Amino acid sequence: MTDRTAASVPSHPMPRAQTRQGLSPGAHLRRPEAGALLGLLAVILFFLIFGGTGFLQPAGVASWLNVAANLGIVAIPVGLLMIAGELDISIGAMIPAGSMTVAIIAGHWDQSIWLGIAAALALGVVVGWINGTLVNVTRVPSLIVTLGTLFAMQGVVLGLSVLFTGTVSVALPPEEAGPMAKFLFGQFIGGTFQVIIVWWIALTVLYVFYVHFSPLGNWIFAMGGDRESARNAGIPTQRLTLILYILSATSAAFVGLCQAILFNSAQVSAGMSYIFNAIIAVVVGGVLLTGGFGSVIGIVFGTLTFAIVNQGIYFTSFDRNWSSLIIGVMLLVAVLMNNTFRRMALSYSPRKK
Amino acid sequence: MSDIVLETRDLTKHYGGVHALEGVNFILRKGEHVAIMGDNGAGKSTFVRQITGVEQRTRGEILFYGRPVNFAGPLEAREAGIETVFQTLALADHLDVADNLFLGREKLRLRLGPFSILDYKGMREATLKALQKTGVKIPNIHNTIERMSGGQRQCVAIARTATFHSRLTIMDEPTAALGVQETAQVENIIRNLKEQGEPLILISHNMRQVFDLVDRIVVFRRGRICANLRKEETDGQEVVAYITGAKTQPEYADAA
Repeated sequence: MTDRTAASVPSHPMPRAQTRQGLSPGAHLRRPEAGALLGLLAVILFFLIFGGTGFLQPAGVASWLNVAANLGIVAIPVGLLMIAGELDISIGAMIPAGSMTVAIIAGHWDQSIWLGIAAALALGVVVGWINGTLVNVTRVPSLIVTLGTLFAMQGVVLGLSVLFTGTVSVALPPEEAGPMAKFLFGQFIGGTFQVIIVWWIALTVLYVFYVHFSPLGNWIFAMGGDRESARNAGIPTQRLTLILYILSATSAAFVGLCQAILFNSAQVSAGMSYIFNAIIAVVVGGVLLTGGFGSVIGIVFGTLTFAIVNQGIYFTSFDRNWSSLIIGVMLLVAVLMNNTFRRMALSYSPRKK
Repeated sequence: MSDIVLETRDLTKHYGGVHALEGVNFILRKGEHVAIMGDNGAGKSTFVRQITGVEQRTRGEILFYGRPVNFAGPLEAREAGIETVFQTLALADHLDVADNLFLGREKLRLRLGPFSILDYKGMREATLKALQKTGVKIPNIHNTIERMSGGQRQCVAIARTATFHSRLTIMDEPTAALGVQETAQVENIIRNLKEQGEPLILISHNMRQVFDLVDRIVVFRRGRICANLRKEETDGQEVVAYITGAKTQPEYADAA
């Protein structure tokens, strides 16, 4: 056995020494977001060198912050699911489902915008509930379950849209949405910043609180580490799974309805790119694919990194067709780096006084 | 009040057509340490899972301190005072020691429904106290479980039972995966419990350990109890005979 600084020796001033050690640099490097932060800085540096400071000017910041906010609202619940050892790709269908619902109800049928928003969110709850229940009851891998609901919802959205409106694209004019809904969900702040950025920040604060300061977060990490053990320890794993799926589907519907209100129209086909983009943001953000490890702040860093690469290419002299190459390489580098950081974290031993 | 801690009457569990547990009548008295032995698949772990509410029994009654109980889940059983060390330990690999000790019943600094805030400091201090009480040595309670040796993990799982004032401790093969030194440490913890008069159910395949630690041995075979032996009145050979089915006590003739 290695050294055992006896926690049982009464004279040892253990509690104080223990808390202080949390502040050492080594302890910070083992945080899940350490790699993500370095990645973010590297990407910013890269575009500063090749593109100048354009993407840090207000207009440039707006371009990637808008992308990040739309993606980030979905990426956090998807990341939490991944921490809990699950996956949800049905978000790709839930974003158009959310925007079509609000556009059809408020734009096509001239009903209240609030009814449309409530219906879109309710649809998210229902699909999330179906996802979670199927995963809980069948224990079929969640990739397959949500792949099924992804296609099912795509079919439902396309079928119902054509049935109700005869087209695959529905307009939602500003006068139908009304000034209040437009103000809350679909305005440009300062002409360029989408209001969804504010939602993203507010939701992030909520998530940070729940995941890192309330018991729920520990339960999610425990579930991702070992579901059976978590259940034996008394964690309501099934209820938690259900809540997380409802959260991700509803978040996707929310992003969809915001986009419909912002752009004054909704399309059936929008949203598929979010599946992979969310997964990239989450993995770059330091979440372990096998679950049990990650952080909300890491996912935010990952989302920002993705958005900057996605938009930063426009500020360089590179052909923008190359941006996917950068994203792909970045993903691989991020995963390898995260592994290194994890190994460092595992072998890191706090120095004793 | 009687001195019976735990009693099961006709406890039965069927998984579909598999009769994993069949009409088990079991009694544990105050301060008593009882070993449950039996071959693989004899129903030992199934028995524990019914008591701790991890699974719902098919039939039968469980009385805990004379009161019939129906635990909907493991957390309810723990709240009632039944602490269990599972074969799988039920630890979360990515959480540290304090988080694990309090997993599922976290200390809160602010109790406000959905806005409750964790009391990390309080949990850490209580953890150190619990480790002292059990004599478990962990170098650094900030370590996540995955960075610990098998023995240290086991000790954390066992320290968890000691952190809360338990009225019954159940250990499912606590030393099956441990080295000599670590096994000795776990056995010391069990002796500590005995001195403090805390009742214990120990599931183990280790004959020496069982004879060292407990007062009574209950043998399971194919989901039924086939023998109930006082330690002083039996020996290893006889227990083996009961486990393998060579012998059955007359009062459990239907298990033959």
